[in-house]
Amino acid sequence: MSDKEEEPRIGVFVCSCGSNIGGLIDVKALAEYSKTLPNVVFTEDNLYTCSETGLAQIKNGIKDHNLNRVIVASCTPRTHEPLFRDCVKKEGVNEYLFNFVNIRDQNTWCHQKYPQEAFEKAKDLIRMGVAKAAKLEALDNIIVDATPTALVIGGGVSGMTAALSLANQGFETHLVERENELGGRLKTLHKLFPNDQKAQLLLDNLKKNVGSKENLKIHTSAQVKNIEGFVGNFEVSVEENGNNINLTIGVILVAVGTSLFTPTGYFGYDGKIRITQHELESKLNNNDVKAKDIVMIQCVGSRNDERVYCSSVCCMTALKNALVLKENNPKSNVSILFRDLYTPGTHYEDYYRRAREEGVVFIEYSPEKEPSVEENQIKVYNQYLGEELLIPYDLCVLSTPLVSNNDNKALAQMIKVPLEENGFFLEAHVKLRPMDFATAGVFICGSAKWPVDITESISQGYAAAARASTIISHDTIEVEGATSFLPDYNKSLCTGCEVCIKVCPYNAISKNEEDEIVITQVLCKGCGVCGATCTNHAIIIRHFTDQQILSEIYAYGGKEV
Amino acid sequence: MTFEPKILGFLCNWCSYAGADLAGVSRIQYPPNMRVIRVMCSGRVDPVFIFKALLTGIDGVFVLGCHPGDCHYLEGNYEAEKKFIMVQKFLKIVDFDKRIRLDWVSASEGARFAQVVTEFIESIREQGPSPLSGENIDQELFNNLKAMENSVSSDRIRALVGRQRRITEVENEYGEKVPIDEYNAIFDGAIHDEFVRQRILLSLSTKVLSVKDLAAELKLDPSEILENMLTLKSRGDIDYQSIDGNTPLYMRI
Ligand SMILES: Cc1cc2nc3c(=O)[nH]c(=O)nc-3n(C[C@H](O)[C@H](O)[C@H](O)COP(=O)(O)OP(=O)(O)OC[C@H]3O[C@@H](n4cnc5c(N)ncnc54)[C@H](O)[C@@H]3O)c2cc1C
Repeated sequence: MSDKEEEPRIGVFVCSCGSNIGGLIDVKALAEYSKTLPNVVFTEDNLYTCSETGLAQIKNGIKDHNLNRVIVASCTPRTHEPLFRDCVKKEGVNEYLFNFVNIRDQNTWCHQKYPQEAFEKAKDLIRMGVAKAAKLEALDNIIVDATPTALVIGGGVSGMTAALSLANQGFETHLVERENELGGRLKTLHKLFPNDQKAQLLLDNLKKNVGSKENLKIHTSAQVKNIEGFVGNFEVSVEENGNNINLTIGVILVAVGTSLFTPTGYFGYDGKIRITQHELESKLNNNDVKAKDIVMIQCVGSRNDERVYCSSVCCMTALKNALVLKENNPKSNVSILFRDLYTPGTHYEDYYRRAREEGVVFIEYSPEKEPSVEENQIKVYNQYLGEELLIPYDLCVLSTPLVSNNDNKALAQMIKVPLEENGFFLEAHVKLRPMDFATAGVFICGSAKWPVDITESISQGYAAAARASTIISHDTIEVEGATSFLPDYNKSLCTGCEVCIKVCPYNAISKNEEDEIVITQVLCKGCGVCGATCTNHAIIIRHFTDQQILSEIYAYGGKEV
Repeated sequence: MTFEPKILGFLCNWCSYAGADLAGVSRIQYPPNMRVIRVMCSGRVDPVFIFKALLTGIDGVFVLGCHPGDCHYLEGNYEAEKKFIMVQKFLKIVDFDKRIRLDWVSASEGARFAQVVTEFIESIREQGPSPLSGENIDQELFNNLKAMENSVSSDRIRALVGRQRRITEVENEYGEKVPIDEYNAIFDGAIHDEFVRQRILLSLSTKVLSVKDLAAELKLDPSEILENMLTLKSRGDIDYQSIDGNTPLYMRI
């Protein structure tokens, strides 16, 4: 953090991004304008700043003009900041002295009919960016030791796959399952789409592999009771069969799957002749299906106001079981009442064709005119015929959604990760970081995130294991330096009111024995809530300090107030 | 010349900023009036920032975060909301609260981003330029907002808003939860008092005044002024300067 005293020497690189920016606004004029701004000593426009040539231009700029701050005005920091940070770092400029100005995604792309206004907006944004850059401070990333061990919570198919993959890579892995047996949902299923394999076969196979690894410790009838610490160094206490075990863990994988939904009150559900698909699979396992007229109803308890989502596995489950029933008794009548049929990809669509060929009857219903289930017949309005059909049944099977576990919230609070509105776990970014949580060192796989089938659960198990191993395959890890901070020179401002301790979602702030506030940098994720709350402005949010943000406001507002 | 609103937006990195990027990627068009300051979480937005922006003459300030429950940092947006509501309460006193807005946009809601931004810009357009913009600004309004900025910078107000969720939704140190109505009554009172006190301090920072003078200047009841002056005196913020006949004159320390 030595550059503090040094006069800022800012270089501004304005990207044309082919014609994405330059096609609407004059990037040369923007570079010229940037030259007039305080502390700017060098500016340039590039066709593509992110290209080899563009990056070389930045490096040359730094060398030739002794730049100690670099601004790129181009696309968005969300995709390109790492690239440019890396570039300036290679030329000896601290990566936190780089600042991004977004003039494409949030400017030229959105104001295509307003070139003049977009030009003015880009000028303002660059001016704000320059003002902030002048106040930026060099920061160091934090280096911490990592323990090469993994904890997988949940022993369903995704958890077993992930644990096995990590153990195969040589990491000591702990698999914690709260039931007395591994397997999850798989334990009670009959056959599996899309290849009609016996569920038991896949399960036995997985269990055999998981059980044969010496570095994979299985904890059944076990629950995670407490988690403290941070990436590379989690202290986890697990209760196994009433005994307490303490583990030091480098990474945590969440694979807690889903719960089942009991459709009490829906379509006369009674668990006997009106049952769920899950109950049907148990019956099939026990060879206990005598019925000849079987009607399945899809989307029972899902895609409604209460549960808006599609559970994604029910259409395929219904097709699978319809085919099994037809195979067991070709004379039986099987009808599927559906709202929309979801059979993506070649395998699944094939299943649907087969079901048609085998004589399974498909009838569409709309949620406005739901089927009504009577004593031994079902009335369903068919919109194509424009009339009500009566279908006799001796077994009615309801396709109900997979729902989130009730105790997800408790677990989420323990590992400090968010849930989405339906109680499923929410990943860091749906596309860019699908297996990660924002909390460093914690990952997600399988249906705990969203109802998915076994194929997808297995893929996600591998994916999460791969993401996790990027951390524990190193002895040390680097975490963001842009954290909350209570500098010595601000200690006298701190009144000890402890509001910061209360608002911190990551328990990163505490009081030491001398009754002083201490911020544990590695626990801090840099959200900045403590800084905005601090009753006496003692806490500094690095990289987003009050001074930096105020300088942006003043640069736009045109004066200091 | 037609009025083009000057808008400042605080966008959280994970949801609303990503939503804004997506609007771009999808080439969804919206008016070019807003400039964005990126923060990691809407909870970073210090109430002071909002007042500072308004004081520079910016016509409207928009704070955008993740939807409730979706916060990347678990609960930062709830903290943001509490602070925002407080700022609104202050601004309501001078009928300026419609110039700020808080909303939620997720990373997948490019169209929604464009829509809420457009709506906000249009609402500011209807309200017209801020009386704090341009050459001749409304000095009384400026002083009022300055007093509000000082209020939200004060430890008393910050402690109240910082503790709000713990006090009303979880429980306080003594294991009790304060009903939200009760809390609001205390909070509203504190907001009003602190504002008056900061206004008094502001006036006394440039001149020496009596209670009557202050009551006239601030258009408030002398008894209310007196009451708050006594508090300020006990806090050590003001003191008597001299006596003019029978009337004590006060100054800022
Ligand atoms: C009726 C039905 C039929 C299906 N048929 C098929 C099919 O034919 N083909 C197919 O591909 N998919 C099918 N599926 C979907 C399949 O069941 C899921 O894809 C799969 O089970 C998901 O695996 P998982 O590991 O994510 O979760 P789960 O199988 O739900 O496993 C999660 C595990 O975590 C444990 N756990 C939960 N919370 C905790 C905790 N806090 N601590 C410790 N352990 C915990 C649970 O006890 C469980 O063992 C079907 C689903 C249903 C309901």
